[in-house]
Amino acid sequence: MSDRLTMQSIARLVPPGSRVLDLGCGDGAMLDYLQRERGCSGYGIEIADDNVLACVKRGVNVIQLNLDEGLSMFDDASFDVVLQIDTLQHLRNAEIMLVETARVGRMGIVAFPNFAHWPNRLSVARGRMPVTKRLPYQWYDTPNIRVGTYKDFEVLATKNRLAILDSYGLQEGREVRFMPNARAGTAVFKFERG
Amino acid sequence: MFATPQSMSFAEPLALQSGASIRGYSLAYETYGTLNPDKSNAVLICHALNASHHVAGVYADQENAQGWWDTMIGPGKPVDTDRFFVIGVNNLGSCFGSTGPMHLNPDTGKVYGADFPVVTVEDWVDAQARLLDGLGIRTLAAVMGGSLGGMQALSWTLQYPERVRHAVVVASAPNLTAENIAFNEVARRAIVTDPDFHGGHFYEHGVIPKRGLRIARMIGHITYLSDDVMNEKFGRELRSAVAGAVREAYQYTTQDIEFQIESYLRYQGDKFSEYFDANTYLLITRALDYFDPARHHNGNLAKALAGATAKFLLVSFTTDWRFAPRRSREIVKALLDNRRDVSYAEIDAPHGHDAFLLEDERYLGVVRAYFDRISNEAVQ
Repeated sequence: MSDRLTMQSIARLVPPGSRVLDLGCGDGAMLDYLQRERGCSGYGIEIADDNVLACVKRGVNVIQLNLDEGLSMFDDASFDVVLQIDTLQHLRNAEIMLVETARVGRMGIVAFPNFAHWPNRLSVARGRMPVTKRLPYQWYDTPNIRVGTYKDFEVLATKNRLAILDSYGLQEGREVRFMPNARAGTAVFKFERG
Repeated sequence: MFATPQSMSFAEPLALQSGASIRGYSLAYETYGTLNPDKSNAVLICHALNASHHVAGVYADQENAQGWWDTMIGPGKPVDTDRFFVIGVNNLGSCFGSTGPMHLNPDTGKVYGADFPVVTVEDWVDAQARLLDGLGIRTLAAVMGGSLGGMQALSWTLQYPERVRHAVVVASAPNLTAENIAFNEVARRAIVTDPDFHGGHFYEHGVIPKRGLRIARMIGHITYLSDDVMNEKFGRELRSAVAGAVREAYQYTTQDIEFQIESYLRYQGDKFSEYFDANTYLLITRALDYFDPARHHNGNLAKALAGATAKFLLVSFTTDWRFAPRRSREIVKALLDNRRDVSYAEIDAPHGHDAFLLEDERYLGVVRAYFDRISNEAVQ
């Protein structure tokens, strides 16, 4: 999800000057943007060697860790913002990591592909798993081991006593605030511990 | 690239952590590349247990004598000597040119032997700082080291924070674990109990405690490799009298070499005992044992590192059990707690602790990218 408009939209949720932890930071583009455009500082967490290298090349602080091993390295509320941009769906312990995100960050921001986006629903109604620009994988080789919807996340957040501060959908880089569960390929949530 | 060993003498006594001091000492060093006019491109390389100031390149008369980190340092290499002025230095107490136990003690006129003062990582860093003074270098673009060398790099950021812009700490630890000290102690006992050791004054007896050194090296070697790599390299293969031939039958011997791994370890031990000094081995392993910057902060590493202002790159290797990744993560966490700039790569390499000296594209790639950033920073 390296689309520039999408990145900018999520970046607007991050208060200027924040200390940021970006879980699954990829090539570090988001952190780089936050550092340059919003005066933020922080660290990215990545497991993939090529992404770690890309971050070092960009001059973004990166720490190579497997998120499925948890965030024990980080103290409570030690970051202003913890980001999980297109990360949640890859995690075996997605629920624990969500709680960890709220523990380590004074604020959490999560974005993930919304499985209830209407083209996905249509595909399933026709009897096939969706293969779209947002979900480009076949069912048998997808790295997205957690498929959830915008609504599902609201339920999970409530269950874990997270207070949702803002939420909306993103489609083609545009914010979707009316019926996002059906109308947006990406779900975005900003939350804190309740 | 040709290297030229040099030496710098120091008349002023150096006060050591132990309360003792050493005077009239010299340090062997080598430099590669060119110091730029504003002297902002200097990189200091710190060595580990059995290495020296000969970090990169070869000697004009010894084309096979490659520096111990030649994969990492040289023209066009990750630490690019076309851009950086790289300094390799042999530590005090070592046996490769700097003043050590086999040299004359100016106070007694006799060879130091076991009387060479106990030196620590902090002492080495102080001595290195004086070498830089002598070279007219105030600030290092980076200090870098692996294993015990990484401890020196870390210590630099604490002892001389204003003189270090970046620290690259590879396969290192904030201190040794009990198990690590235990390995060192077994090695030391092997040396000290060798009848040829003579309490460390073997030079005057015209002997060398080679048996002790061999065993010390064998133990060390086991801990530098991973179980997997050792199995892959040697497995249970039997040593054949004829090179290349495969032997199937046991010899039913308890003292002769039966397995390939035995042959390998004996070879490594023999080789080592020919060139390494027994007192140096004791001194350097002790320096490893003593290093513990958190010691004066109730074991709190974050507090210990509070004064470090350098930017850090840490690298560890997944199969390194002597300086395990979790030890590097402790340093990373302490730096995070102090809100320092730090990046950390955990390289999934099979070679154990030795990996830090080997060619691995991911490892060398990360270091190269990091030094590119340092270089660009300097330009800006």
